[in-house]
Amino acid sequence: MRLIVNGEAREVEAATLDEALDELGYGGRVVATALNGVFAPARKRAETALRDGDRLEILTPMQGG
Amino acid sequence: MAARTRDFYGVEPRSRLMLGTARYPSPKILSEAIRRSGCEVVTVSLRREARGERWGEDFWGMIRELGVRVLPNTAGCHSVREAVTTAQMAREVFGTDWIKLEVIGDADTLQPDVFGLVEAARILTDDGFKVFPYTTEDLVVAERLLEAGCKVLMPWGAPIGTGKGLNNVYGLRALRAHFPEVPLVVDAGLGLPSHAAAAMELGYDAVLLNTAVALAGDPVAMARGFALAVEAGRLAFEADPMAPRDMAEPSTPVIGLASL
Repeated sequence: MRLIVNGEAREVEAATLDEALDELGYGGRVVATALNGVFAPARKRAETALRDGDRLEILTPMQGG
Repeated sequence: MAARTRDFYGVEPRSRLMLGTARYPSPKILSEAIRRSGCEVVTVSLRREARGERWGEDFWGMIRELGVRVLPNTAGCHSVREAVTTAQMAREVFGTDWIKLEVIGDADTLQPDVFGLVEAARILTDDGFKVFPYTTEDLVVAERLLEAGCKVLMPWGAPIGTGKGLNNVYGLRALRAHFPEVPLVVDAGLGLPSHAAAAMELGYDAVLLNTAVALAGDPVAMARGFALAVEAGRLAFEADPMAPRDMAEPSTPVIGLASL
């Protein structure tokens, strides 16, 4: 299916958020996720189903003021 | 003079200086500036990372090594929804319920949207967050933020990144007088150590700044300069400064003056 990942269209085979992170190269990384603008907690990623067209944000720690 | 609190949700850092972690010339200089300043609270953020890069994790590892407490921000959020989602993501990644809440209302001045700020503060405190709201010096907004559950207020000195210092000393003084028991932090707009000292002399409990240190020619030395200024300003406040007067008054005794 087609996801919008951090603003870019990406094709993935994954059915869940957990699988999508692995497939996109974020497996085991320190990231926070939001699906369609709503926080998607790490502990629920395995059961978070994805749908075609979903908007996924994957954020990492960064410098801030 | 009543003793002010620096109780930030149960945490009392020894240093009253809080630093941002952005815009430094290098991670090494950032790390050294934090260490030399003695600051114990630093702000961090969450951002997208380009594919294949791991700078975010390296950064986070470096901050953890420094042993400082992190205050994640919601910088760049222009709506309540964005700010709330960002705060929830930050809580998970950084493992803290502290959040520097920014809801920006104007892209040019980065002025807080105080209406959205109060709304987001209420949602987040109800969800267990300990909110540090980036606000203006407006007394009524401050009152609403406290009603929403905030136990710390962070009024701006001047717009973010301008380095102009305390734009509204009268307003900041009024805020201090109005809420003597609330921990108050001047956040944003400071450009020089003297600005930080001035904030501390007003009785503010801490200052938070980033650009003034990060963009200095020597950020490590400037971080140290700010640390000393914060300490000096605080000491001055606790020492109860003299009242200014209009007319000159000799400091050397007049009695015993020779007649020559």
